[in-house]
Amino acid sequence: MKRRDFLKASLGGTAALLSSGAADARGNLEPAEDAIGMLFDSTLCIGCKACVSKCKEVNGMPPVAMEDETQYDAARDLSPQTLNVIKAYMEGVGTHKDQAIDGFAFEKRSCMHCVDPGCVSVCPVTALRRHPKTGIVTYHADACIGCRTCMVGCPYNVPQFDYDNPFGQIHKCQMCNQAGVERVDKGMMTGCAEVCPTGATLFGSRKALLEEAQRRMTLSAGEIYNYPRGDIRKPESHHEKQVPAYQKHIWGEKEAGGTNVMHISAIAFDKLGMPPLGERSYASISETVQHTLYKYLALPAVALAGLTFVVRRNTSDDEGGDS
Amino acid sequence: MSEHQALKRPIITLPFILLAAVALVGLYFLAIRFTSGMGFVTNLNSGYAWGIWVVYDVIVGTALACGGYALAITVYVLNKGEYHPLIRPALLASLLGYALGGLGAFIDMGRWWQFYNIFLPWHMNFNSVMLEVGLCVATYILVLFIEFSPTLLEKTGAKGLLKTLNKVLFFFIALGVLLPTMHQSSLGSMLIAMGHKVHPLWQSLHIQPLLAVLTALIMGFAVVVFEASFTAVGFRRPSETPLLTRLSKGIIWLMGLYLIIRFVEIILRGKLGLIFAGDLGSWMFLLETILFVFPLFVLLSPSLRQRGHYLLYAAVSMLFAGSLYRFNAFLITYDPGPGYSYFPSVSEIMVTAGVVAIEIMAYLFLVKKFPVLHNADPA
Repeated sequence: MKRRDFLKASLGGTAALLSSGAADARGNLEPAEDAIGMLFDSTLCIGCKACVSKCKEVNGMPPVAMEDETQYDAARDLSPQTLNVIKAYMEGVGTHKDQAIDGFAFEKRSCMHCVDPGCVSVCPVTALRRHPKTGIVTYHADACIGCRTCMVGCPYNVPQFDYDNPFGQIHKCQMCNQAGVERVDKGMMTGCAEVCPTGATLFGSRKALLEEAQRRMTLSAGEIYNYPRGDIRKPESHHEKQVPAYQKHIWGEKEAGGTNVMHISAIAFDKLGMPPLGERSYASISETVQHTLYKYLALPAVALAGLTFVVRRNTSDDEGGDS
Repeated sequence: MSEHQALKRPIITLPFILLAAVALVGLYFLAIRFTSGMGFVTNLNSGYAWGIWVVYDVIVGTALACGGYALAITVYVLNKGEYHPLIRPALLASLLGYALGGLGAFIDMGRWWQFYNIFLPWHMNFNSVMLEVGLCVATYILVLFIEFSPTLLEKTGAKGLLKTLNKVLFFFIALGVLLPTMHQSSLGSMLIAMGHKVHPLWQSLHIQPLLAVLTALIMGFAVVVFEASFTAVGFRRPSETPLLTRLSKGIIWLMGLYLIIRFVEIILRGKLGLIFAGDLGSWMFLLETILFVFPLFVLLSPSLRQRGHYLLYAAVSMLFAGSLYRFNAFLITYDPGPGYSYFPSVSEIMVTAGVVAIEIMAYLFLVKKFPVLHNADPA
């Protein structure tokens, strides 16, 4: 009698909790107020890798050697010693720049500084943080336990763990603003944007960069456009160049909630190795499920009360609950 | 007094020595892992950050250790006291399985010397599924130890403590049902945040926690059936087949429910075509489904389920099915993108084999020293 009432009540509570939880499902996070970002225009990149080299200098990482020679930097992909890399796309004879067939193109790989970062959402110990103002995603080794959930939770495979070091840590681009570097705080731009000779990597606020990208989308192929270099707020110089046939797609405007580092290109992004992402961030789905089940720990508390009641009743039947 | 007794058999046997040898090899590679780094022992890379140490030792291993969970629900929540004889060996296997799952997580932790950060409130990220798993598994290991401790206290004869413990044990039993429900479902939720890297046939988004907890229960019951049948054969003890046959009826409902949810999700999200795509994902899905359907077929047949060895086959098939479901989702069909591949190295496998060997050795030692197994003569 009593038990039945109790179970009924707790079941009713469960249903209410589930529906209320579903009501405040979390959507994608919004871009930070003064989000800082970069715009990478693949059509401007000449593959000089000055950005790769400068990145190593700023972050105190050694260049990667090709065979025995250390020439500039021969990093092929992101690694614990390479936070930024230029990769080449090649198809067929590979002679025409920015052409999908028989062409080639360059693509930058570095942290995209997601607006709704998966790494930040999954980290159990808050070792990855999104700066509330700048939106920059930073890593804090003093908190990190090395579980590497950030690596599986990052759609771009950006966080890199030092497997060859018994006391390793995660390495990722922190927009040259980590403690001890703080270029952005000092009013400087990121190392990679500073040295880019063509303005392929442009630094600035996410808003301004998105406007610039949208402007380029409206240009028609063949016309002349005056491309800025460096920091979009105060470009160091400009250069005139024929506009390529852009894909009408700004990567990072919407992908999985958007990114602060955005890419534009003349070649479809799946060919350049970008992952298949929709507009909803996986972090928002995961957190909605998690907070539906664990809001104020109410559901587990109700379940525990019900279970304790039932188990107590069932164990007292056979004298003291021998287990 | 007790209905349970220690098996009076020698500890040091040939299998025990072989297991010890495997454990030693594992410990050797473990020493290299802690002195030189994980890269010298594993094939982990930037795309595959989790290998068998996480996927087998923790994700599959803890599901294989769900026997205690499944039986606690049967005996204490559904009040089926007749299954009581099975509960102690199941609890012991759960305790060992979870303890070694915890050990596996620690071994895999890149910054293990800071592991306690997960218990410090100012470090906790309450959005993280991994936090829930970590805290819940750690608490559950303690709860399992408390649930199992009457067995140890009976042996040492601490009667006063035993009496007190028995008075409050109901609370720990309740916790022992709640905690696995929580973290086993969270192991599924973990796949949500892994997003596009999880094959669409395994990326069920909101359904993930439900499928994870169902597979954990299926594997938990399978392990009970397996252990009971295997102990009967291995130690030449009387078979508990009639009991297991009745237990299997519950398993039928669970498996039916699981298969329905699994397929309805695939059909509603329009992923049915992927099953017949002829690629790795489709073959693995078909194999996994066969492993789920075969035991259902055995258990549904009144004649087959009465026969001990068919019951054993069904249990083994369920264990493989549940394990493969998790292996497929987290590793085999997991695709971080072009340019990455993973297959565990020999040394990596040996560490996992060593951990499992230690688990089995501990089980053999404890059932021979402590009153774990039910009396041969029914009380």
